[in-house]
Amino acid sequence: MEIKEIIKEHKHHQFLQENKDFEVRSLDTMCVNESELKHPWWYNLKYLAAGALFGIILVKAEVISWFRIQEMFRLQSFHMFGIIGSAVIVGMLSVWFIKKFNIKTIYGEPVEIPKKKFSKGQIYGGLIFGLGWALTGACPGPLFAQIGTGASVIIVTLLSAISGTWLYGLVRDKLPH
Amino acid sequence: MVSFSGNAEPVRISPKLATELSGYGITHFESLVPVDLFTWQNLFTAKGFIMMAVGGFFVGFGTRYAGGCTSGHAIMGLSSFQWPSLVATISFMTGGFIMANLILPFILKSL
Repeated sequence: MEIKEIIKEHKHHQFLQENKDFEVRSLDTMCVNESELKHPWWYNLKYLAAGALFGIILVKAEVISWFRIQEMFRLQSFHMFGIIGSAVIVGMLSVWFIKKFNIKTIYGEPVEIPKKKFSKGQIYGGLIFGLGWALTGACPGPLFAQIGTGASVIIVTLLSAISGTWLYGLVRDKLPH
Repeated sequence: MVSFSGNAEPVRISPKLATELSGYGITHFESLVPVDLFTWQNLFTAKGFIMMAVGGFFVGFGTRYAGGCTSGHAIMGLSSFQWPSLVATISFMTGGFIMANLILPFILKSL
């Protein structure tokens, strides 16, 4: 790397470490480790490919099955625990590999994983999300995949979820965090 | 043989769950999204409205309030050893256990 790039990278690293805006950004579910590079729109198509693959996996693994979610919460099957557990193990290995070998993004930028800060929202919001998860049999990603299987009424569930995120933004200042 | 268009075989659900759900009139277990519950006609019943519209609202509101969902907290958060994500994951599961075991049976039976 050239000196100029190293300085730029160092500044970016400090920005990620010290940025007080993270909490707000994470509450806004805005990306906290986005790329600084600017690209034409069609560079985003790779996310479409990754998303489509994710959708196929969600269907194939039966993760989007309402029945599988009911089994999980009633401790009647190992299925979902096995999937989430193996995903966590693969995630740990990936994070370890990325850190150990200092693996960069496809544009050569370093991968930064900012520390999450505790907020009471993780408890209250988590409980609310759990209630919704057991009702709908879907967390946010699977909502899209459920529509994809042909269950068109799930569009209503998705719109309700979007209205929920919108209302959260409206009343956020009045909620405990 | 890998097929990318839907699943060849129906989900084999636990017999215990099948027995319980049969008691609520849910007898079709073939599709991933139950056809006995999630339909346009059911949307205009109390049961369907709670399960789809209210449930969806909880998913969206809760996810944003918690600052992440199953992917962000349970999978990615735990993978990078972030304890706030463990708190969130435990809360997700607690909420789910309460709904599935204590509230949902009432909704399915009485509404």
